[in-house]
Amino acid sequence: MNTAINSGHLVFLLHGAMWTLILSVMAFLGGGLGGFVIALGRTSPIRLLRILAGVYVQIVQGTPLLVILFLTFFGLPTLGFTITPLFAAGISLTIYVSAYLGEIWRGCLEAVPTAQWEAAECLALNRVQRMFKVILPQAVRIATPPTVGFSVQIIKNTSLASVVGFVELARAGQLINNSIFEPFAIYMIVAFLYFCMCFPVSAFSRRLERSGAARLRTLKAVSA
Amino acid sequence: MTLDFTVILLRWQMLLDGTMLTIQLAAVTTVAGFLIGTFCAVARRSHFALLRRIAAIYVEAIRNTPFLVQIFVVYFGLSSLGFSFSPITVAIIALTINVGAYTAEIMRAGFDSIHPGQWEAGECLGLSRVQSYWHVALRPAMERVYPSLTSQFILLMLASSVASQISAEELTAAANFIQSETYRPFETYIVIALIYLALSLAMRVFFWAFGLLVFPRRRRLGTSL
Repeated sequence: MNTAINSGHLVFLLHGAMWTLILSVMAFLGGGLGGFVIALGRTSPIRLLRILAGVYVQIVQGTPLLVILFLTFFGLPTLGFTITPLFAAGISLTIYVSAYLGEIWRGCLEAVPTAQWEAAECLALNRVQRMFKVILPQAVRIATPPTVGFSVQIIKNTSLASVVGFVELARAGQLINNSIFEPFAIYMIVAFLYFCMCFPVSAFSRRLERSGAARLRTLKAVSA
Repeated sequence: MTLDFTVILLRWQMLLDGTMLTIQLAAVTTVAGFLIGTFCAVARRSHFALLRRIAAIYVEAIRNTPFLVQIFVVYFGLSSLGFSFSPITVAIIALTINVGAYTAEIMRAGFDSIHPGQWEAGECLGLSRVQSYWHVALRPAMERVYPSLTSQFILLMLASSVASQISAEELTAAANFIQSETYRPFETYIVIALIYLALSLAMRVFFWAFGLLVFPRRRRLGTSL
């Protein structure tokens, strides 16, 4: 019996890390799309939309991602849907990410100085034009640092997909551990691999934050 | 198929036990995490490079790895060192280490926001560095970061669900048990989600009331918490 960690195990872990990244990108794209809708809903002039989007955010932010994951993975089949672990993880992460990104982006839309909204109105732009030509280009710049910062949370939270049997990095670690039972060493390697994926992203977001704060100050000074 | 919640609600005792344990986990780790985080924030602003370095490594290592992996490392690390703790104790240790790092960053932002004049004033009054932190900086710093601090603690309560993976018998573990017994996963997890929702709502109300009590100045200014 082979009881040492060998290069085959490392290749398997790296393969898992690749799936972690794929799942993160899926969650970011799906959650980003949902989050955009939520952010627009939260800032909409229609009261009902604001309330619905608000309730959605409150419910998702008040429930652990793990429970959302169990609800989709074990719950949907009892309702007659057949789903794979990848699909369950993708759906749960999309729901989770859309609520958080929606809230972050709402804050960014509201951070665009009111003078900009008024100026756009004075130019007789309609609501869609105001949004896409004046507000969004500025909001995107404000939103970049916190969005990059949140993607670290996405990468880390994909680890929960392991509990429904999706073979990403954390699950790959568990599988290797089942065969050689060297848990401490394996989970330290797994933690290190997560660190290698997350740290560059969080360092980048810190750098963006520093330059972003300066930009926001200028924006406010210009439109004051 | 039809939804049937009665078999779930018949096991109310198990749900109640799980909920109580989740509340206890959240309460203990909130206090312990706040203490560790505050000390760590002070260490990150210390004059000693070594202390700053150690605190920075701790914060970065924790903030850039998933909690699921952290709890496994603590669980298996302690047992490989020869300690055998109950899953609950391991969960408390792992949650405290985790939230300590986030609290450290939040408190550091709070201390950084204190005007330099305040620190100088403390110095002029002959206060030591420890006294300056205690008498001058701590309260206004906490007041300023109170909203992010409280949302971090609510996230901590939700993260305690991961402790089910090392079979600590908290709310999510109770749910896993109930659903394997009743074969009604959809109903079980809906009930569990509602309990978590109620818990986070209760925590928010508690922190709001606590904020009113501890920061009366903020209440007079009418700033929302």
